[in-house]
Amino acid sequence: MLAFIKRHEGLWLFTRSPAVMIAAIVALTIIIGAVFAPWIAPVNPYDLASFSLMDGLLPPVWEEFGSEKFLLGTDDQGRDMISSILYGARLSLIIGVSAMIIATTLGVGLGLAAGYFGGRFDAIVMRIADVQLALPAILTALLIDGIARGVLPPEMQQDLRVVVLTIAIALSLWVNFARTARASTFVQMNKEYVQAAVMQGQHPLRIMFVHILPNILGPLLVIMTVDLASAILLEATLSFLGIGLPADSPSLGTLIRIGMQFLLSGEWWILWIPTLFLIALVVSINLLGDFLRDVFNPRLR
Amino acid sequence: MVYFIAKRLVQSVFVMLAVAFLAFSLFRFVGDPITQMTGVETSVQDQERLREDLGLNDPFIYQFARFTGDMLKGDFGFSYRTRQPVAEMIATRIPATLELGIVALLISLFVGIPAGVYTALRPRGIATQTILMLTLVGVSIPTFVIGIILIFFFGVQLGWLPTFGRGGTVNLGGWETSFLTVDGWRALILPAITLGVYQLTLTMRLVRAEMMDVMQSDYIRFATARGVPMRRLYFKHALANTMVPVITIIGLQFGGVIAFSIVTESVFQWPGMGLLFLESIRFVDIPVMGVYLVVIAFFFVLVNLIVDLLYVFIDPRLRIKDVS
Repeated sequence: MLAFIKRHEGLWLFTRSPAVMIAAIVALTIIIGAVFAPWIAPVNPYDLASFSLMDGLLPPVWEEFGSEKFLLGTDDQGRDMISSILYGARLSLIIGVSAMIIATTLGVGLGLAAGYFGGRFDAIVMRIADVQLALPAILTALLIDGIARGVLPPEMQQDLRVVVLTIAIALSLWVNFARTARASTFVQMNKEYVQAAVMQGQHPLRIMFVHILPNILGPLLVIMTVDLASAILLEATLSFLGIGLPADSPSLGTLIRIGMQFLLSGEWWILWIPTLFLIALVVSINLLGDFLRDVFNPRLR
Repeated sequence: MVYFIAKRLVQSVFVMLAVAFLAFSLFRFVGDPITQMTGVETSVQDQERLREDLGLNDPFIYQFARFTGDMLKGDFGFSYRTRQPVAEMIATRIPATLELGIVALLISLFVGIPAGVYTALRPRGIATQTILMLTLVGVSIPTFVIGIILIFFFGVQLGWLPTFGRGGTVNLGGWETSFLTVDGWRALILPAITLGVYQLTLTMRLVRAEMMDVMQSDYIRFATARGVPMRRLYFKHALANTMVPVITIIGLQFGGVIAFSIVTESVFQWPGMGLLFLESIRFVDIPVMGVYLVVIAFFFVLVNLIVDLLYVFIDPRLRIKDVS
């Protein structure tokens, strides 16, 4: 076992840094909790029949008046905090991961093509990327969200909220992928294996995705983790601003927004527990991203 | 040098045109302007006449040209929501956002640059490791959470500082400033720190990376070998060469500060442009959204132009290049 770990440098480094191991455990715990929320969570927070106002504002179990039925307490509606948080983290992760996947696909596709074909196509893609890079992601996402509000008929607004949010976040994050993919593709284009494939007359799509893509995955993987963290933060921020998910299907950001109303009163758990969850999730994903960067980029060590 | 500046000017004009085009497309294609401007009781004939009067049936290019011309004259149209002139609505909000942004930027520079230099010069120290760990946490904590934490400790628990609004302002020829009252400064502290923290971590990381790079370079080794005093070496030889990328980042950060001020303004109920933009998104008030974009782009372009001009003063090579 030890020999195996030592042979794989990444794994070896992993066992040597406690912070990264803790981060991995925290991230995995939250992700598993979120994925299996419908089975783990004591109640379903979307089901109005599952909670009652009578249980409202109960503190966590370790505080005075805490109830064992609600380990982390309840909000003003009597909703169990654990269930709200697990379901909220689930929504945050669903949106974050799908946005990240869409951004990766779009960005890597465009970046590969720009690097492979070069010329005018490259120039156009990179100009668009430059313009968007000048606009911070949050502004782009807000703008796309605003446009969606204007274009979509009102009756579809609520149903499509998650989709709109995902697309808005994805479209504000693709640039990083495109630029990295393009730069790495340029490096690969001069390698003999690519030239050999071109000589053989293989299809450009095949060369791009079968030959070049596997060789540029390393740096892309790093961006994927970092951007997953950004996507989750963006979603939380939009929901906090009241532009994201509504209060009846809350994400972590929405929960924090609701909790803000209790900032001045004694019910600290309604605000701080979701906040702590969000920070733990994002910090651990960022730590893992930093770790991956070190693994793929030995020069920085 | 004249060529360099002229080129930048032309580029800036094109950026502004592109943003104006975006604002115009928003106005023209997201929802129908006529239905927004008229009520339900307006007859179809009246609607058509208004459409003709406003020139909405003209060719696209004419409409865009007229839109741009109006903007240059300072006519930004009317808000769908409040029916007020957009120019007025935005103008009253500009001072609040700019003052907040400038103070945040200054915090980020005056803390970020020294911290970056220190962590670059003592890469193995305990203080450095602590600072680097803190910046990672700082990057991971969303702006709004930082705001909430500050409000909780300094506003609610300790009760030292106000947690919303601008406090007292003084009107200086149409510019509402909070720099001239104690109350205004007190109200400014928490939002400015909230906005500055994220930028601070960026500044610090950049200065650190640049400084470490420069310290490896031949001329620094040579200067060390010559026996140049350490203090002089660090601050005169090394830091001067890290200034060019730092100035670039100031230009870029300005955009970040303005964008994140939307979040900060929302947390602290700061009556700036960001809060107005959020309201305009919530109510699909397209004219305000469009003009906000144009105004932000204008500041952004202006700051970056100034940054480009500063290069010429800082980096003598740029001045000589033109001669050849």
